[in-house]
Amino acid sequence: MARLEHMPESTRTHLENLPCPTFETTPFAQAPPAGQRRVAIVSTAGLHQREDRPFGLGSDDYRIIPEDVAANDLVMSHVSTNFDRTGFQQDLNVLFPLDRLKDMARRGEIGSAASYHYSFMGATEPEKMEPAARTLAKLMKDDGVNVVLLVPV
Amino acid sequence: MATTQISLVRIHTEKIKPPRALWVPFDMGRPLGEPNDAAFQTRVLSAALGLLDEKEGPVLKDFPEDAGYMGESGSWACPVNLAVPQEDLSEEGKLINAFKSEMNQLRNWHDLAAKKRGRTTVGVSGIGLDALPDFIAAFLSDALPENPNPAYHLGHSLNLATDDLKAFYTEAVTAQPGCAGTPDGLADWFYGRTAAGRLLYAIRDKHSRSDDRFLRIVARALLIPSARPQRPA
Repeated sequence: MARLEHMPESTRTHLENLPCPTFETTPFAQAPPAGQRRVAIVSTAGLHQREDRPFGLGSDDYRIIPEDVAANDLVMSHVSTNFDRTGFQQDLNVLFPLDRLKDMARRGEIGSAASYHYSFMGATEPEKMEPAARTLAKLMKDDGVNVVLLVPV
Repeated sequence: MATTQISLVRIHTEKIKPPRALWVPFDMGRPLGEPNDAAFQTRVLSAALGLLDEKEGPVLKDFPEDAGYMGESGSWACPVNLAVPQEDLSEEGKLINAFKSEMNQLRNWHDLAAKKRGRTTVGVSGIGLDALPDFIAAFLSDALPENPNPAYHLGHSLNLATDDLKAFYTEAVTAQPGCAGTPDGLADWFYGRTAAGRLLYAIRDKHSRSDDRFLRIVARALLIPSARPQRPA
């Protein structure tokens, strides 16, 4: 299951009919030069540290993932059963590329990885997540973040 | 702040029009494509971050490579024989018996997997592996089990427990030699050829008309993927 046309019909139909938010404007912030980019990852995979509260139906908040999180401390409690989790079970970077990001920082391809990264649980109406997302934007700026990498699941 | 993103469903990105997006042809759940392939993941990540050099947007570009697993056959046979001889039990009893025996057989492989990878994703339910089979199997009996997590609804505990169950099975089997770890292959195996998969279908069928609304939602929508409504014959 990769491209829409290769998906089972029920999945394809569901995705084709899923309402998407649209916006009147298309803002576009210029990025700093590569060596000055401080990058934070924001995931919708329902990830959190092992001792954190799990996500549940309708969760509209986020969890904090420190950049030095131990691999064994990162777990997933997304409510949907309709995406592959076996990749994450074998290698967390297949949906949360924190190690790859830190590799790029070591090689000087970006400035740095942010001190904190974040995960929402994507099976919630987007507009319900907006207040938390706005709070998060301010927090990221306070962490010196100037680039956000959004990674879906 | 400038943003860039990975896109798994291109038609959604076309509607939303974020500033920068890299569409990738991978399965949902694998936005960076290939597990255990740092070079491939880095190519995806570099392509997504490379969109930050664009001066005008919205930008939507396609990643040109397929992930390695996409060229593999999804069909394989688990080398460990999980079939067990059945005593004189009811069908439900046989299923639960087979399920518990399966978990026992896979336990060593799961221990090996956790040791090799230095991690396991099992544990979100807070129910240990020793207690997990009894908790899940109890949903086939007439009396619902006690909720091990009083802070959550029992249905939420079931959802988290089955997440742990699925993670246990696939982490264990992907540690075995010769396991083709493609998403479809693993899903076909789990839902179609294990007692655990059969058990989840049985729990779904038993509770999909539950008087408990939350349990009904979990049974109908959160145990079995919507693309697999019937257990393969």
